[in-house]
Amino acid sequence: MAISVIVPNALTPYTKGVGTLVVSEPCSTVADALAVVASRLPALTDRVLTEQGEIRRHVNVFVGDESVKFLDGLATKVSDGTTITIVPAVSGG
Amino acid sequence: MTPTTTSTRPSAGDVLLLVGTMKGAFILSSDRSRKKWKVDGPHFPGEAIYSIAFDQRGGRTRTLVGAHSNHWGSTIRLSDDFGRSWTGPERQAVRFPEDSGLSLAQVWQITPGRADEPDVVWAGVEPAALFESRDAGESWSAVDGLLRHEHREKWMPGGGGLCLHTIVSDPKDRKRMAIAISTAGFYRTDDGGKSWQARNNGVRAVFLPNKYPEFGQCVHKVVNHPSRPERLFLQNHWGLYRSDDWGESWQDIANGVPSDFGFAMQMHPHDPDTVYIVPIQSDEFRVVPEGKLRVYRTRDAGKSWQPLSNGLPQDRAYENVLRDGLTADSHDPAGVYFGTRSGKLFGSNDAGESWTELADALPPICCVKAAVVGTA
Repeated sequence: MAISVIVPNALTPYTKGVGTLVVSEPCSTVADALAVVASRLPALTDRVLTEQGEIRRHVNVFVGDESVKFLDGLATKVSDGTTITIVPAVSGG
Repeated sequence: MTPTTTSTRPSAGDVLLLVGTMKGAFILSSDRSRKKWKVDGPHFPGEAIYSIAFDQRGGRTRTLVGAHSNHWGSTIRLSDDFGRSWTGPERQAVRFPEDSGLSLAQVWQITPGRADEPDVVWAGVEPAALFESRDAGESWSAVDGLLRHEHREKWMPGGGGLCLHTIVSDPKDRKRMAIAISTAGFYRTDDGGKSWQARNNGVRAVFLPNKYPEFGQCVHKVVNHPSRPERLFLQNHWGLYRSDDWGESWQDIANGVPSDFGFAMQMHPHDPDTVYIVPIQSDEFRVVPEGKLRVYRTRDAGKSWQPLSNGLPQDRAYENVLRDGLTADSHDPAGVYFGTRSGKLFGSNDAGESWTELADALPPICCVKAAVVGTA
């Protein structure tokens, strides 16, 4: 199994500069994949999820080309070859 | 006073001005004359700095900053070299326990603890909670007695969110301290944080059907002086009050101010009868009255207030000063400083008698804290 997790430049200080992480552990949902990432890189996940495990308000997580907001959130299914992309929302001022 | 951009390397007796803005932190420094200032920053460009503190207890020179990224959340960052370098923590150190169901939105206040507990630091956050560090800001835990307070479900967020923005300690009694929450009011503990009692008797809540409830007031700031900690001064969302008994009762002291609405309040460093405020026109028109930027000072514990305007703009100055935007250093005469929502920073090196503009185009200023280097 190989799931790619693409990290925005702003968060690469927490990945030792790596822009694409590969999760090879068995995962069936986005939550599973992010849990694997959290076990390796907790500082990265702190910036993506709140301490209650919810996606931060101004962060978007995509599976393929679709935001998980329009799918099943963190319960969105993933499979071998899925690409998860973390992006800052267009917000702020 | 001519600001220049340089790195900050102050020595004993110098004054630091820590300025938190909506777009980063700035550190100004001057010698004790406080006539010429160096400006360093922005630190954390793009992040909102609602809280900042300088801690010199235990031989440290530690700056603590509550930095909020709109995308990636809030963290407390530390520097032991006046901002030349910042340490993590990599993890978000201020974290609500999972069973609370709460998530950190913003760090509104960072306050070093008592002198005899040099490793204790307090943080007030949104949603309203008090966090304690026992290692000078490296790690934090929520104060359970307040986190699980029976009133919590009835606390209502003010315009800025449900924030714990004020932390007041008692240098004479380790078990006593107080906090203020918008919108919940003033709470005090006498048992080291295990239990907290609302102490709002006499403080008005103009926006509620019951104008004098047990709790629910929108307290904006509370200050006290270490030599007389039981005497508290309170700037309310409409209302200016004093308590002489640690909040058991409050008396109206809005004697001669153009408005008793406001946010900022600062104690004089040496005189427990002297307090500074910046009155604001109203809750609907949050600018200084009459377009005149004036700090008001009482020297008789609120019996009377006098405007201080020498050097401040008095024509079409539609400025606002937020609750932590007013501060004082501990020199004699005291330096008094404030920053505005429009990014102007003013300073006085003669306790408010005259003022000079130190910066005129910073991002909107959230908080200003002053410290004299070498005075723990």
